[in-house]
Amino acid sequence: MDLASEFLVFDHVTKRFGALTAVDDVSFSIKKGEFFSLLGPSGCGKTTLLRMLGGFERPDSGRIWLDGKDITDAPPNIRRVHTVFQNYALFPTMTIWDNIAFSLRLAKKPKAEIEESVDAMLEMIRMGDHAWKYPSQLSGGQKQRVAIARALVDRPQVLLLDEPLAALDLKLRQHMLLELDTIHDQVGITFMYVTHDQGEAMSLSDRIAVMNSGRVEQLDTPAKIYEAPVSSFVAAFIGDTNFFEGTIVATDGDYCTIQVPGFAAICAYNDKKLDVGQKVHLSVRPEKIRVTLTPPPPEKGARINVFQSQVTDVIYQGVYTKYWLKSGDRSVSALKPHSRFLLDQETITWNDNAYCWWHPDDGYMVENFSALDESLVQTTPSAAPKGAVS
Amino acid sequence: MSSFREKWAEWGVTLPSLAWLALFFVVPTVIVFGIAFHAPSADGGYSSGFTMETWHAVVRTPYKEIVWRTIWISAATTFLCIVLSLPCAYAIARMKAKWRAIVAGLIMLPFWTSFIVRVFAWRTLLNPDGFLQHLLVSLGLCTPETMLNYNSGAILVVSVYSFLPFAIMPIYTAAEKFDFSLLEAARDLGARSFFAFRKIFLPGVRRGVVSAALMVFIPAIGSYVIPDLVGGRDSELIGNKIYQRTFPDRNLPHASALAAVMGFSVLVPLACVAWWFKRQDAREAKRLAEATARKLSGGAA
Repeated sequence: MDLASEFLVFDHVTKRFGALTAVDDVSFSIKKGEFFSLLGPSGCGKTTLLRMLGGFERPDSGRIWLDGKDITDAPPNIRRVHTVFQNYALFPTMTIWDNIAFSLRLAKKPKAEIEESVDAMLEMIRMGDHAWKYPSQLSGGQKQRVAIARALVDRPQVLLLDEPLAALDLKLRQHMLLELDTIHDQVGITFMYVTHDQGEAMSLSDRIAVMNSGRVEQLDTPAKIYEAPVSSFVAAFIGDTNFFEGTIVATDGDYCTIQVPGFAAICAYNDKKLDVGQKVHLSVRPEKIRVTLTPPPPEKGARINVFQSQVTDVIYQGVYTKYWLKSGDRSVSALKPHSRFLLDQETITWNDNAYCWWHPDDGYMVENFSALDESLVQTTPSAAPKGAVS
Repeated sequence: MSSFREKWAEWGVTLPSLAWLALFFVVPTVIVFGIAFHAPSADGGYSSGFTMETWHAVVRTPYKEIVWRTIWISAATTFLCIVLSLPCAYAIARMKAKWRAIVAGLIMLPFWTSFIVRVFAWRTLLNPDGFLQHLLVSLGLCTPETMLNYNSGAILVVSVYSFLPFAIMPIYTAAEKFDFSLLEAARDLGARSFFAFRKIFLPGVRRGVVSAALMVFIPAIGSYVIPDLVGGRDSELIGNKIYQRTFPDRNLPHASALAAVMGFSVLVPLACVAWWFKRQDAREAKRLAEATARKLSGGAA
């Protein structure tokens, strides 16, 4: 990796807090103008990474490069990197206008320029009527927009967003997602977005770094991360999945047969070119599994995985129905989208005998498997421990 | 009906404390003020009959210097206490919860010892043969002839020492509620640490600072023990004069008149602060009213 030519580079960055290694030898780079997300559960190190970029934490080892300069030891006030804080951190004793003008006044910009820039920002966030108000008089969504405007007004090199939508309710969050996307398109500044919400990360990002226990597990486009997760953690943390653990018993060209104990033999696409006798973990997303009352019509040359099963749980969600099916010793979850008027259709309900089936190409072998990650997979409601709220 | 009842309930809650204040604060103050309009009697009390003679005497006596000294020492004490308290309160508020309780406890610890004993300790410390003088002489900061004790400087030092906890506590209470991520935000937007402290932290704890100023200024202006023990002949404060008029001179009306002067000099800054707070609240209310009005007219249009 050529450190000087990349826009933003984390080069073997490590940060410890006492015995805890929050960020563990992380290296990656971000392109100029990119919308980049750090996604992971709480405590995975994503916020520490962000704070190191903001200048609020110093890495124990490793360097951070921005636009060809080593900024590792630079204090926050001289970095052209601004943060949108989770709690917005608007200055309560200043009006909205003064809040947005803060960085420009510090930079001793001419008065006319400050006025022009602040008014332009207020217009962009459609808050012109609220300029003279104080932060305490605004709603959560408005505060959020002001925080973004304040951080963008002097055009930083990178805008850091620390779980910016966490404090908003669902509808507002969806609205702000669109707004953030629009703002990113308008200003063309590199955004680094930290979230634990896979939906936010997937819908906004050009690329996502999925983090777990201080390390980057996978860094790729949202589609690649979803469809081809490298680890059981990525597969289970982003979306939902079914894991099948087994041994390859036969290979045939691009495909192989995996014997899953307590279940059946599964045919899967062998993209890793594994040999007979090797243990594999196959991840099959619920929406890739079809559920029908009759077996699928045989297709010429296709090796479809078809299993007889019994419906154990049904959760109707309007857009789709989620099924849990028992086949052999295994519980399999499947999503059935409803693209037709449902009331005219024959529905599959609890205790029905149904077929679940999927195409061998729709399973994906994950390289790194940890039994811990199985706990991230949604279990069937009836299998949940007593007293648990689902 | 309900407003009538509410009013009675309000009075019912307020009345006991109001009566207490009237009985033990307003009435004695009025009595003291009233005594100043009587002539002194030989037994150290006052005689009946109205006279302005005491006030004439007070005005004739050259108190200018003593009043001026009292005010500047009190003001300087207040200023120094606040300047010292700000970083202290800031540091405590940033500590872990466990340490905060310990350090706050340590700050209050001197109150377990008698105030007079502590001031006496300073007298020993500032003594020409004391530890401090030896240290300063060995450091070349003063000569053995320098007098640390019995002057205005000594009063100032001991006053700051005595009243510092009264300044730290209100500012610390305000700082504890302060959102420290605001300082990070200011740093993030390009402010140096000290600028962020001055422009964000200071306004954030301003009410604590105002309380601290009152908590120090009011006892400082009535200070009597400190100037008596560590002050000298030419560094008397108004508190000493009141004592002198009451006991050695046995002139209660004169002492009362001085006490009234002192009382007013405390009430004036107090009133200023109250007015300032009220103005702030009024501004806030006006802003809210404007906001509502705009919203309504915006909604109508």
